[in-house]
Amino acid sequence: MTYRVHVRVMPRGGLLDPQGQAVEHALAALGFPGANEVRVGKAIELTVAAGSRDEAEARARQMCDRLLANPVTEDYLVQVEDA
Amino acid sequence: MLKVAVVRFPGSNCDEDALRAAELVGCDAFYVWHRDTSLKGAEVALLPGGFSYGDYLRSGAIARFSPVMQAVAEHAQEGGAVVGVCNGFQILCEAHLLPGALVRNEGLSFVSKPVDLVVERTDTVITSAFTKGDIVRVPVAHGDGRFVADPETLAMLEGEGRVVVRYAAADAGVEANPNGSMNAIAGIGNAAGNIVGLMPHPERMVDARLGSAAGLPFFRSLSALGAGSRT
Repeated sequence: MTYRVHVRVMPRGGLLDPQGQAVEHALAALGFPGANEVRVGKAIELTVAAGSRDEAEARARQMCDRLLANPVTEDYLVQVEDA
Repeated sequence: MLKVAVVRFPGSNCDEDALRAAELVGCDAFYVWHRDTSLKGAEVALLPGGFSYGDYLRSGAIARFSPVMQAVAEHAQEGGAVVGVCNGFQILCEAHLLPGALVRNEGLSFVSKPVDLVVERTDTVITSAFTKGDIVRVPVAHGDGRFVADPETLAMLEGEGRVVVRYAAADAGVEANPNGSMNAIAGIGNAAGNIVGLMPHPERMVDARLGSAAGLPFFRSLSALGAGSRT
């Protein structure tokens, strides 16, 4: 089976996110004063060939732990769906 | 003659400066390619600055899985000297050879300018020619130079005195902390002092004709390894 995997990588809470701050300031300047707590991360999409959805998720988590996210500075979220 | 391997990755751009700096202090310096699986007998592995693999994903994140990094890790584990400058420091952190991480500068801008460093640790392969407390002015040039670590790691680094160089304001006009690094940390080492990473570029300041030779003692420290003062 082929599964589509969505990985969301975000800077760890509490860690200064200057990109998020810059975007927040820009939103305020554009007239969106209520936009707060902006944080900027990244989204990674891929397909994984695996025997089951659980296996696909486990593989994706290994990918995150080894490469896609830095455990020192980032948290990740994995979502798996049928391709 | 001390053998120094300058490890070239696709996107390294301080490799020639690093090679020349090592040669200036009398080392036998040569390149190894990221696909090489050995350091070709080198006693020192020097990971230069640049933008390995275009800094894709995170600075240093792809380079750490290069074939040559296995050889670098083994060399480090055997007590061999491993020094990372700028992108090289980022790679060493990504490879977990040094703790912490280097993330986007606090001000978001790429920062390229001279900084003053205070040398806090001299029992490392790259700072033995200094006296503790020395101030040295060398340039930084990075977009992802903000050193961060979790509170326990930071406390460990400070408690064990593993900060090698720290940004300092020696006189007016030179900003103290150019990137928002925690505790103004510019470089750290492992406990043994054989693995060191630093964001500033001493290899760019090794010749008075090019502005200053202030970075030369870093390389003299390396060349002293060949004299048997350290192994």
